[in-house]
Amino acid sequence: MSSSANGNNSNNGRVTWEGCSVLLDINDGDRLVFARLSPAAKLKIGNKNCSLQPLIGTPFGSLFELDGTSLSPLIPSPQADATNNEEIKEDGQPNAESRDNRELVDNNTAQTLTGEDIEAMRRQGAGGNEIIEALIANSATYDKKTAFSQEKYRRKKQKKYAPKVLLRRPVARSICEAYFKKYPSKIGFLRVDTLSLLLSMANVSANSDILVVDMISGLLTGAVAERLGGTGFVCNSYLGQSPYSMDIVRIFNFSDEICKRIVRCPIADLLSSKESPEQTLQVADVNDACNVESQSNDPMGATANTDEISHSPGNGISDLGTENAENENIPVIRACKATKAGEKAPQETIDSWKENGFSSLLIAAPEMDIWPLVRDVLPLLSNSAPFAIYHQYLQPLATCMHNLQLAKMAIGLQISEPWLREYQVLPSRTHPSMQMSAFGGYILTGTKICSSSC
Amino acid sequence: MKAVTVSEGSVLQNRFGVFKHLEWIGKPFGSKVFSNKGGFVYLLAPTPELWTLVLSHRTQILYIADISFVIMYLEVVPGCLVLESGTGSGSLTTSLARAVAPMGRVHTFDFHEQRAGSARDDFERTGLSSLISVRVRDIQGEGFPNEFAGLADAVFLDLPQPWLAIPSAAKMLKQDGTLCSFSPCVEQVQRSCETLQNCFTDIRTFEVLLRTYEVKEGKMENLNGDNNDSNGSLPCKRRQRSDGSYAPDTSVSSVMARPSGEARGHTGYLTFARLKCL
Repeated sequence: MSSSANGNNSNNGRVTWEGCSVLLDINDGDRLVFARLSPAAKLKIGNKNCSLQPLIGTPFGSLFELDGTSLSPLIPSPQADATNNEEIKEDGQPNAESRDNRELVDNNTAQTLTGEDIEAMRRQGAGGNEIIEALIANSATYDKKTAFSQEKYRRKKQKKYAPKVLLRRPVARSICEAYFKKYPSKIGFLRVDTLSLLLSMANVSANSDILVVDMISGLLTGAVAERLGGTGFVCNSYLGQSPYSMDIVRIFNFSDEICKRIVRCPIADLLSSKESPEQTLQVADVNDACNVESQSNDPMGATANTDEISHSPGNGISDLGTENAENENIPVIRACKATKAGEKAPQETIDSWKENGFSSLLIAAPEMDIWPLVRDVLPLLSNSAPFAIYHQYLQPLATCMHNLQLAKMAIGLQISEPWLREYQVLPSRTHPSMQMSAFGGYILTGTKICSSSC
Repeated sequence: MKAVTVSEGSVLQNRFGVFKHLEWIGKPFGSKVFSNKGGFVYLLAPTPELWTLVLSHRTQILYIADISFVIMYLEVVPGCLVLESGTGSGSLTTSLARAVAPMGRVHTFDFHEQRAGSARDDFERTGLSSLISVRVRDIQGEGFPNEFAGLADAVFLDLPQPWLAIPSAAKMLKQDGTLCSFSPCVEQVQRSCETLQNCFTDIRTFEVLLRTYEVKEGKMENLNGDNNDSNGSLPCKRRQRSDGSYAPDTSVSSVMARPSGEARGHTGYLTFARLKCL
């Protein structure tokens, strides 16, 4: 399936286009950067400012290497860990030489190549891989290391002297993982498996009208819209008169059809029984959608073209760093043209919701007292509609669940806490990863029932 | 909970009594209906989650924690083409169908003719036949059919020896397409990961589990029964009665939550990978 002419083809757009959002994964997840591709866009790696132009028009999933000062495509080698497989001989025992680290002394004298030597090589046009080979050749301890240890050493040098950039497609999964890694508070500590559970348990599917209270910068709204695929509606609703930020929605590269399905409405309007008096706010809200980037005061950068999520402490580049400066003026104009998400819900649609009810409800308001909100919005659901509520804290959900039981507003109530553990799988080295996320939030789920009055 | 196909002449009989389907027809979903003995049930609209809890197990099935993670991690959205083997009892297949609807398709394969037939019947019953095709085929032995080469957005494998199917899966996937293999045993995972290295990147293996909580309203009795110090009983707010003694403050919520004692310890390892771009 080829991308359409304007390139604005979200879920099947597998090739980048000018103006699209991308997620740059530098050195296997060490550093994650959201960027918008334009001929002028730049990325800073180490002390080099590279143009992102070579990335335009390439498939998502492509790997690039820093070659001097520019990024060039890198064909991944077929068997990256072939050396490790050789370590195990037929009898299943480790290599006969049985190397270990008993003689290794960490006194910083093993490497004879100096920083100046390396600079001199660079000036003579040596590529990253040549430098790495030179470092290995000049290391007194390299040969005494086990094959696993040698591989680890090589990879470490590669990250410094031949950094790799992986071009990732921004979708619910990659966006959630990136934010959870570096700015989890912005998404209320919602982990990717928790997000996936919310979407399933609320039965998010095409041709549904989903009511969402999203106080996590639009991640939930975007994930729901992605599953709706241009059908149904996701109504991003809010208490009071000011909509919540939906910054993250613009990273999804949604097509116009999907953007049209993302609408906003104050909860008060949904609850009121007469015609909405909010028509005068319509103009303000449209501007809101366009200027959502400039208004927001979040740390990810208001008009930032490049949202830096730096994982490695050595980089220390701030979110509104120099790399954003060149691109500041572009996104606001582009946003108004490209992003129509978040328009005010039209009155007929609001009326039809009031009559038929929403298909399901999703709430991610991790700082709020949940029960009063649920008590008000649950009646907006159609009967037998499922709902899923995410919270950082257990107590508000426990109270909410208890009250729902007493009021007989829902059945099948359950509070769940998802648990996720990653594994390292390598020959002779398979075990759970050393690092683990201990917490991804709590979820309260249930099904709304017809109370005795209906 | 039970899946019931409503028809005029039928009844549902359980320990709460006899329920006539006729009395249900015309009522909204979510209604409470009564039996001849005064017992009641709720009529719920079916969802893939509820279906997973009630479907008949012809094989071990996937549950919601694994299902939802798989769908998110495989990046399945409307319009996708997904290949699955084996079909098993169709638990995951049902959720995949929801995720790709209305324009996408799920093609699922199982080498067991009878189970494939039961799955087909289930999908008819749940109204998903237009989204799912079920075929009898031994994917480990023969691979996926060539007609899908280069067209699949995602491939899911739940096979005893998934490494035998991985090369074929690689041929089916679009560039940067996603693959997931579900295996209960770590040895299977190790072998699969080794095979994946040829054509795949971003290989990651996870375990997903769900812990549930119980909620109870706390009725905290003071051991002494009067206003002296509580001897190790749980702290709670008290209001002073007119005679000077203290009574538990019933207006303050004393709802407490604790994890359930029982939990599933393991279902399987989920290994994900992306097809390398060439």
